[in-house]
Amino acid sequence: MPQRRHLVASAIVVLLLALLPLAGSRYAVDLTTEVLIYALFALSLNVLIGFTGNISFGHAAYFAIGGYACAVLLTTYDWPLAASLPAAVVLAGLVAAVVGYFCVRLTQIYFAMLTLAFAMLVWGVCFKWKEVTGGDDGFTGIKLPAMLTHHVGYFYFTLATVTVGVAALWVICHSAFGLTLVAVRENGVRAGFIGVDTRRMRWAAFTVAGTFGGLAGALFGMYHRGMYIENAFWTESANVLIMVLLGGIYSFVGPIFGAAALHLLQTFTNQYTPYWPTVLGLILLVIVLVLPDGLIGLVARLKGRRGTHKGRS
Amino acid sequence: MTMTMFTLNAFYGLALAMNMFIIASGLNLIFGVLRVINFAHGMFYMFGAYIVFTVAKTWGAPFFVGVLAAAAGLAIIALVIERLLLRHLYDKEHLMQLLFTFALVLLMSDAAKMIWGTDQYSVGYPPGLGGAVNLGFVVLPQYQLFLCVVGPAIAIAMWLLVDRTRWGRIVRAATQDREMLAALGVNVPMVYAAVFTIGSALAGVGGALAAPRVALVPGMDATIINECFIIVIIGGLGNLWGSFLGALAFGFVVQFGTIWAPNWQDVLPYVLMLVVLITRPWGLLGHPEAGH
Repeated sequence: MPQRRHLVASAIVVLLLALLPLAGSRYAVDLTTEVLIYALFALSLNVLIGFTGNISFGHAAYFAIGGYACAVLLTTYDWPLAASLPAAVVLAGLVAAVVGYFCVRLTQIYFAMLTLAFAMLVWGVCFKWKEVTGGDDGFTGIKLPAMLTHHVGYFYFTLATVTVGVAALWVICHSAFGLTLVAVRENGVRAGFIGVDTRRMRWAAFTVAGTFGGLAGALFGMYHRGMYIENAFWTESANVLIMVLLGGIYSFVGPIFGAAALHLLQTFTNQYTPYWPTVLGLILLVIVLVLPDGLIGLVARLKGRRGTHKGRS
Repeated sequence: MTMTMFTLNAFYGLALAMNMFIIASGLNLIFGVLRVINFAHGMFYMFGAYIVFTVAKTWGAPFFVGVLAAAAGLAIIALVIERLLLRHLYDKEHLMQLLFTFALVLLMSDAAKMIWGTDQYSVGYPPGLGGAVNLGFVVLPQYQLFLCVVGPAIAIAMWLLVDRTRWGRIVRAATQDREMLAALGVNVPMVYAAVFTIGSALAGVGGALAAPRVALVPGMDATIINECFIIVIIGGLGNLWGSFLGALAFGFVVQFGTIWAPNWQDVLPYVLMLVVLITRPWGLLGHPEAGH
């Protein structure tokens, strides 16, 4: 259960973020909005990777479904935001449930490749269903309620939504269900012996991950006022996977730091050099060769209390 | 569809399948022995194609000298990568190996941009293989015919190497029990290095042979690596003939898909993988334990 100091620390972070627009920098507000969205996206994937031990190569699918569905409902069908957003999230969750049903029958690399196959199918639909999604021109001109059209208004909306989303994920990951997932990750056979239906648990985790991925996607689409097929492509899945691994998969907050570090680094690098891939490649080499447990693992090591980080929050 | 059109398309599908098999078989060999999923394999393919462009077109050497140069070049690159970096990662988690090869993709893509720029290049058919063969009811292009000979030849050569030689026995033993093999006095790290080198050289050859068929552009690696994964996965990971079968299925699906469902050709290979994985989770010729 949440320790008091965690709650206090989280409240302080949210409060400090809420004060950010007072600094008056539009750039800082926009960048933070993006980081918040990616943080939620990365956290949702980590339910599957860190907590359940299943690597998905196709998480962008649910991000795209959430984003496109919200965009289409808001713009084409003129639904109010209060209906579009939940509907988009539910749709992403439903698709994740259907896809997950097939994927959790497999493990390891076969699981990963099946998630990739489904995700590329989603990409294909976004690409070819031109009447609805706009095809490779993207879906542009998303209609937003007046109060969200200003960047500060949207920032507060994102902050509130992401805070609720992260809190929900925190509760899920630290509930009996979340602990069962860790048991499945650590030793699926033994978890099975004590009566855990491991496949059903992985299925549930898949659905949760897809649902919150869809929420992140909806926020992303509205922020950019458009969704593009690149958002559904496998490179986007790889990107969020790197965020999760960079932050550290064995900690709840790790992916938040990974998302922030990667997105900020990418933004700043692109200002100075076109060689972002080289920079990212070198970062990955450092993770692989020096920091296998991510930034959080590094912090833990620097504090000299390494060794029991697995499965801790 | 007339008989002629059908034959021609089946033939183009076969040629595509054979070219893809040459590339995918390298990926498959590396996975089968090293248990490493090499994301950089597509990049090796791209380097193979670019090397043939430089050697055959810029320097004016014969096309097949370019193919040999591509094989040798990729073998050297792979050997250096394996000895310097990859060998430290065999005991780490799969995820770490995967990230490592993804880092290679990023670094090599920028290196390729620095060496060859971002222009689109093409390589012509080699002299003597640019024509066509008339079979009476259908006219087949020579270069594709050539691919249909090289593909099975490489498949048989690999089968002989792995299944019929002493070195092949050692390689197969390495997939079963590394430690026992080392205890028997075999230099296992050298076996691993050799397998990675051969597998990567196959990507180079595959890229070099694909060069006359495709446009050479940055990003040509990204589709190929996914297609190779599809082939290797539907065949059964680590299974040579599975990859051959997978490549055939891939080639025909893509070729006939282009005609019957032209809008969906990019997605069809994924649909193929989906159908196979749902009906036969370990691939056409794979076994359940292959996933571990």
